[in-house]
Amino acid sequence: MSVATHEATPAATKPPARKSKPEIRPGLSRWLPYALVAPAVLMELVIHIIPMLVGIWMSFVKLTKFFIANWSAAPSAGINNYKVALDFDNAVGEGLLKSFGVTLIFSLVTVALSWVLGMAAAVALQPTFRGRSLVRTLFLVPYALPAYAGILTWNFMLQRDTGAVNHVLTQLGADDKPFWLIGSNALFSLITVATWKLWTFAFLTLMAGLQSIPRDQYEAAAVDGAGNLRQWRNITLPALRPVNLVLVLVLFLWTFSDFNTPYVLFGTAQPPAGDLITFHIYNASFLTWNFGSGAAMSVLLLIFLMIVTGIYLFVTGRKTRRA
Amino acid sequence: MLETKGFKAYRAVVLVVLGLFVTIPLYVMVTSSLKPLKDVQGAFTWWPSNLTIAPFIDMWKTVPLARYFVNSTIVSVVATLLSVALAILAAFAVSRFKFRGRTVFTTTVLSTQMFPGVLFLLPLFLIFVNINNQFGLQLVGTRLGLIITYLTFSLPFSIWMLAGYFDSIPRELDEAALVDGCGPMGALWRVVLPAARPGVIAVAIYSFMTAWGEVLFASVMTTEANRTLSVGLRQYSTQTNIYWNQIMAAALVVSIPVVIGFLLAQRHFVAGVTAGAVK
Repeated sequence: MSVATHEATPAATKPPARKSKPEIRPGLSRWLPYALVAPAVLMELVIHIIPMLVGIWMSFVKLTKFFIANWSAAPSAGINNYKVALDFDNAVGEGLLKSFGVTLIFSLVTVALSWVLGMAAAVALQPTFRGRSLVRTLFLVPYALPAYAGILTWNFMLQRDTGAVNHVLTQLGADDKPFWLIGSNALFSLITVATWKLWTFAFLTLMAGLQSIPRDQYEAAAVDGAGNLRQWRNITLPALRPVNLVLVLVLFLWTFSDFNTPYVLFGTAQPPAGDLITFHIYNASFLTWNFGSGAAMSVLLLIFLMIVTGIYLFVTGRKTRRA
Repeated sequence: MLETKGFKAYRAVVLVVLGLFVTIPLYVMVTSSLKPLKDVQGAFTWWPSNLTIAPFIDMWKTVPLARYFVNSTIVSVVATLLSVALAILAAFAVSRFKFRGRTVFTTTVLSTQMFPGVLFLLPLFLIFVNINNQFGLQLVGTRLGLIITYLTFSLPFSIWMLAGYFDSIPRELDEAALVDGCGPMGALWRVVLPAARPGVIAVAIYSFMTAWGEVLFASVMTTEANRTLSVGLRQYSTQTNIYWNQIMAAALVVSIPVVIGFLLAQRHFVAGVTAGAVK
């Protein structure tokens, strides 16, 4: 009848408890932790892990609509699904490559914009002023809003003849009304809408990170004659480094597999300039009902994201050790 | 930070620019929901000249919005309750016990959060279809299928956040409870949980928001019977008309509960995110 004893952690310090090692005690504590994580493990297995393995299997079979209800009869496709997806001379491979390019531009620009705006706002709200909490609350609304509600509003605003965006442009003296949801402007629309939603998450996270920087560091720097810009470079940025590392990676992984924005903005008729990869795979699978091909593309997407994450962690980890 | 003139000017610019960026869509949403149909089908106007609340009444008739509402509410509430319960148990194990496989568990669970949804959408859909064929348990087109799917979406982050929260609760408190004759579960229930209440609330709101706003799986796993709001709102675009005023009214109404919930608990949420991000 005992849980592992552990040196008391003062509540004020950061919680290091998970890193330190509680002692093992015999009896209950031997099986209890397993019983406690079992339900979570079971659900993760059923909804994430097993489907992922099935997805890998699917990418090696010819799983067209004839075999959906009877998948064990689907004939093997070898690596054919991958060959088709990566053959950039045929329509399927070319489409995937273009979609990949669009997605890469989309995520890099969206992450950069979201980070810059989030940082700008977090720093602006760092010192207290009247109305600060009101502004903070307002800035968090796009994050709190269900994604589709915000995107639907943007969809309305980006309509060619009845939208607010073209109305403003006309008032500013633009001659013609551009299309925002079809044609080459679609990418621009995607970036705007995704940034609108995402920057507030960067803001939320960075603001939380700023709170942990002790005030006296700034005071000491000010005594040394450091201006705001230098304080930001020498104190704020280094202190936020761990937060930034996680934040940028998470933002990138999210935007790269963003589905909501293109789906709610364009419906199933995706313009080539707004053909983000998740959306592309979705359409390739559910419009043609060729799940084997869609699964192969999904696996390629996963491999790409894993490589990016691996390189990112390796590079940033090495820099951290050197510093 | 020195509150110099330069900083104040910088702050003013940031507040105005970002304030407008955030507010304009919200403003358009609210004002357009108060316009008659012909006004949202004509040129855009900033001010609704023919103010009407008709869209808020008509939106229930144009599409079966009430049914979507019920579906979304049941799915989100049940998924949230289950997800939070599972997360509490797992986070307690991670925070208070040393056991073989603990690191594997936390890293595996966290990495599933990073997988793109489309990766397991197709297989999960197929698994559900085949479960139905084999065992007659219908998961595509039912609320049950959505519930078990959604509860796992928020689970990894919830476990991570709650474990961080539990870590910050001094173990002396657990030990005191053990001395008083509680078992470990008693200590969780009587001591750890009450102390971690803000964290639990934050996690619950996060789970609810995740389920309430989910689009990808809802677009595949729902039929008319279990359609949720996230895909139901598309039904306002018919072949003859797009009822933008009703869409905006409905978007506003479905947003209010989550926005209020989030804003009320934002403090706990920020604390929870930091606890996670700092690690």
